[in-house]
Amino acid sequence: MAATTSMVTSLTFTIPSLGFRLPTRSYPCVKPQRRFVRKAASNVITATYELKAPPYPLNALEPHMSRETLEYHWGKHHRTYVENLNKQVVGTDLEGLSLEDIIIVTYNKGDILPAFNNAAQAWNHDFFWESMKPGGGGKPSGDLLHLIERDFGSFERFIEEFKSAAATQFGSGWAWLAYKANRLDVENAVNPWPSEKDKKLVIVKSPNAMNPLVWDYFPLLTIDVWEHAYYLDFQNQRPDYISVFMEKLVSWETVNTRLEKAKARAAEREMEEERRRKEEEEGKPTNEEDDDDDLEMYVDNDNDDSEAE
Amino acid sequence: MALRSSVTRRTLTLGLNSTRLLPLSRSLQTFSLPDLPYDYGALEPAISGEIMQLHHQKHHHTYITNYNKALEQLHEAIQKGDSSTVVKLQSAIKFNGGGHVNHSIFWKNLAPIREGGGEPPKASLGWAIDTHFGSLESLIQKMNTEGAALQGSGWVWLGVNKELKKLVIETTPNQDPLVTKGPHLVPLLGIDVWEHAYYLQYKNVRPDYLKNIWKVINWKYASEVYEKECA
Repeated sequence: MAATTSMVTSLTFTIPSLGFRLPTRSYPCVKPQRRFVRKAASNVITATYELKAPPYPLNALEPHMSRETLEYHWGKHHRTYVENLNKQVVGTDLEGLSLEDIIIVTYNKGDILPAFNNAAQAWNHDFFWESMKPGGGGKPSGDLLHLIERDFGSFERFIEEFKSAAATQFGSGWAWLAYKANRLDVENAVNPWPSEKDKKLVIVKSPNAMNPLVWDYFPLLTIDVWEHAYYLDFQNQRPDYISVFMEKLVSWETVNTRLEKAKARAAEREMEEERRRKEEEEGKPTNEEDDDDDLEMYVDNDNDDSEAE
Repeated sequence: MALRSSVTRRTLTLGLNSTRLLPLSRSLQTFSLPDLPYDYGALEPAISGEIMQLHHQKHHHTYITNYNKALEQLHEAIQKGDSSTVVKLQSAIKFNGGGHVNHSIFWKNLAPIREGGGEPPKASLGWAIDTHFGSLESLIQKMNTEGAALQGSGWVWLGVNKELKKLVIETTPNQDPLVTKGPHLVPLLGIDVWEHAYYLQYKNVRPDYLKNIWKVINWKYASEVYEKECA
């Protein structure tokens, strides 16, 4: 089965049950991770997802997150997700898709397919490393801070809520800050009266490999609260780990960049929807002409002329 | 050494007459951390003393603390007839109560080698295992496979369906007790596969933890439970 580069860059296909176009979002943190390798002896092209390194050396987050933790968390856990994903995807219909597309497809509206776990975890960890930086923490600024204050009351209230979400995600999982653009809380419902106020920041938590992409949100920040993320450094003290993450590790610059992309993407989508709505309206006159054709055929049976537009 | 009962009773008010319709408050049981019947280091090298101590004194203890708190809040909400709160508390009770139930069983599932840890089951349980799984090795392999494949946090169980008198292998997510997989299921053996159960020693290699834990599994306890249910 051959995958061509043109298919990769303009991927559109419909999920039969939903009938909408698969979103082809790209996030700044996920650069093209596909490398098409032509095997020497055969005509088979295999797509490989690569384990991307964090944007800093493994010891750069010390003393807040130890080198040992990075070595295991990135070097073993994250690596295993990527390797197992490659094994699951090769030779299947998923081959050649971007990581986000695999996540959406294998999420399968909740009826999860086998590759979901590895795909989502591969993506989540990329997103996590990039959410942090040496000398991180502090406070955001600009529009991001303004939105945080608008949607949570104050930066302090936001911190409280985020920490609480991370601490109360029972078992394994993640806590997120996400940008929710124009979505209603009910699946597949269309917002009948969209407004600027519908676009807002939300805090959500998710179990195991789940992430807000499947709810069509734009993730902005995440913290990994699987025990492997903090056990070597903090043992059972998850709240301490969360505090250190917020105060010393969060890269607000990255979050800001993601917010700008999210806003741009949301605006793009709105324009697309407008365009499509206009196309549908313009399609109406054609219907009236068809009615005329019918009338003609009715009146004049010998005339097989149905060429009129 | 027999395990002390882990229940302490704290009476609030009188009123044991349950035939009346008045909402009389009954005494609220609170729970406390059961002692381990062996030292923290006694299960080495299969499970390190460091893990046993953290697991018992921190994780299990925290489940109990939060379970007691949730029960107290539930007690209050029931008395007030506050159904919203009663329902809201269910997940905290499931998490923390489940954590207490599961870990209480787990400590009994383990024993130092010199006290019989790792000794294969005999008598009726041994026979049932051979009949149902072919051999003890086959059972162990199956449980290890299920335990390794479990995504996230949870438990892998050997249980018995007390109605059908059949052995089963099941997994449960998070701290769900085995009974959530079937009302007639009784746990004989549970293996904790939350990362906190093995991470400091085995890191990401859960299969190694699963391979080694069988050296300290207390089959005597499992047999006792089995015989009680299938007498």
